[in-house]
Amino acid sequence: MTTEVPSSSTERYRAVQESEEFGRLRHAVRSFVFPMTVAFFLWYALYVLLSAYARGFMSAKVIGNINVALIFGLLQFLTTFLIAWYYSRYAATKIDPAADKIYEDLNRDGGRQD
Amino acid sequence: MQSHLLAAEAGSASSRGLTITLFLIFVAITLAITIWASRQTKTATDFYAGGRQFSGFQNGMAIGGDYMSAASFLGIAGLIALYGYDGFLYSIGFLVAWLVALLLVAEYLRNSGRYTMADVLAFRMRQRPVRTAASVSTITVSIFYLIAQMVGAGALVALLLGIAPGTTFLGMDADTAKIATIILVGALMIVYVTVGGMKGTTYVQIVKAFLLMSGALVMTVLVLAHYKFNLSTLLGDAAQQSGKGSAFLEPGLRYGVETADATKTFYSKMDLLSLGIALVLGTAGLPHILTRFYTVPTSRIARKSVLWAIGIIGTFYLFTLALGFGAAALVGGKAITAQDKAGNTAAPQLAQALGIDYLGGNTGGAIMLAVIAAVAFATILAVVAGLTLASSSSLAHDFYANVIKRGNASERDEVRVARIAALIIGAVAIALSIFAQSLNVAFLVALAFAVAASGNLPAILYSLFWRRFNTSGAVWAIYGGLIVAVGLVFFSPVVSGSPTAMFKDEDWHWFPLSNPGLISIPAGFLFGWIGTVISKEKDTDKYAELEVRSLTGHGAH
Repeated sequence: MTTEVPSSSTERYRAVQESEEFGRLRHAVRSFVFPMTVAFFLWYALYVLLSAYARGFMSAKVIGNINVALIFGLLQFLTTFLIAWYYSRYAATKIDPAADKIYEDLNRDGGRQD
Repeated sequence: MQSHLLAAEAGSASSRGLTITLFLIFVAITLAITIWASRQTKTATDFYAGGRQFSGFQNGMAIGGDYMSAASFLGIAGLIALYGYDGFLYSIGFLVAWLVALLLVAEYLRNSGRYTMADVLAFRMRQRPVRTAASVSTITVSIFYLIAQMVGAGALVALLLGIAPGTTFLGMDADTAKIATIILVGALMIVYVTVGGMKGTTYVQIVKAFLLMSGALVMTVLVLAHYKFNLSTLLGDAAQQSGKGSAFLEPGLRYGVETADATKTFYSKMDLLSLGIALVLGTAGLPHILTRFYTVPTSRIARKSVLWAIGIIGTFYLFTLALGFGAAALVGGKAITAQDKAGNTAAPQLAQALGIDYLGGNTGGAIMLAVIAAVAFATILAVVAGLTLASSSSLAHDFYANVIKRGNASERDEVRVARIAALIIGAVAIALSIFAQSLNVAFLVALAFAVAASGNLPAILYSLFWRRFNTSGAVWAIYGGLIVAVGLVFFSPVVSGSPTAMFKDEDWHWFPLSNPGLISIPAGFLFGWIGTVISKEKDTDKYAELEVRSLTGHGAH
């Protein structure tokens, strides 16, 4: 941290929150989870909307008795698994190291441990 | 092979005896675990959070055990068996919902809370109003869910033991057996929770998840083997046996039904959207799911446990796809509805059919039926225990310790109250379930999800991510979402004014949809915003602490 170490824990948390380092951590988290949430929600909403209003399209057979609706549904499973996997990889490389660094700085500065 | 799968067969003496034996073995094992867990339960953290010592995999299994209720195992398999594709549509919402928990809730809740959902909500607010609201909402959601599960258990036992009208079992007719089952399930869940606390409950859920996954896996492999692992043939046979042809494989038989009446069609499709949004946003606001994130040592392990849960739950719903279409093809819609109109016995009936096929005749069928019926009982027990624990924790930790005692209750005192609370909530749930057992209360699961999505989720997300959020906003969001969701359902066709309503002989409905989510979820978020901006309160210091702690894990319990 670039700021001086203040005495009370409230001031310390404020100093950390306002630090550039924490700003980068916040950005790393929010720039991933918010757009990703919007994306999977819209993708799911599209699926539900098509199920309600595009019955002809969803009923089209692709291979044998397997139709678009079934493939679309299975794709929802696939994207859920992929997003979960991708997030865990992103968090491990982009979020966790930055969070650890700030956590350790807070402790070194006499942070409270309970 | 359909004709001989009738009620009398399902309740044949050998199968019935085996079901009861297997169920008793499960109860004996889980009670032994519970007693062992009680010896390890000394502090409040042990009781509320299982000592925070579970691994990511263990907690992932326990989340699965908590989440895959009878409504999802028997309910979704039954929905698919009777309505085909639409049952599958339901399960997708249940799975995608976990991304909300993974990306926005689990880790931050673990870092900044202690035992209950309200710990995070009240972090920077005035304790008493926020904890009271969170407690009211937690108990409401849990009681709704409990009644649905317990009434389901009662009906299921009567069906699976094959107690037909006019016949008796151990001197009980079907209605007495239903009430006896509700009391038995209630008594067991109270014992698990009061004696074993979170540790005991978690192990019960892990054992149940293992049994459920194994049972579903075996049945799935047998169904697929029957069709030489050709999915298309299975679907084709299911569509043909259902009597509905290719419509069976398409959306629209159950949700968003198209009729000649344009208004009806319009509302039916709105209802589908409403259900979809509540399913996907409800999970991350369910109190018994949220408290599971406290049972692991760190937020990283909370993340891992959600990843495991997504894998386990996703795989399970893929199994139900095979089970549902398998039941439609191998048992047939007629034989299923002859047992239960809602299709809840489709999975056990499929087990019987597979047993007859693969294990050599009727004895094999009876064995498979008994095993799956016992798994279904185990499923119900684990879920109701999780619900009872979450609501009694909130009553003790939020309402007693922080509202009544204003944070001055001793740990020992708090745990004692939590145990008494579990007893009270259990007793209330038993009484309400007995009262409701002849009513159609299947809608209560969807309502629990709608309340969680409308009241709890806005409050949690605003708390974690919105600097300006305050006490007034939290209280408005929770009560607003709760009242709108419950109010709309009260005036909807699932409570009165339709042939399948809870009170089918009365009619006071004016709200056209069965699911309130489409209105109540945006309303909850809007109320949270209005409540916030009309109040001047703003604690930026406490938000700094919450934000730093939630993102770094500093000062986590």
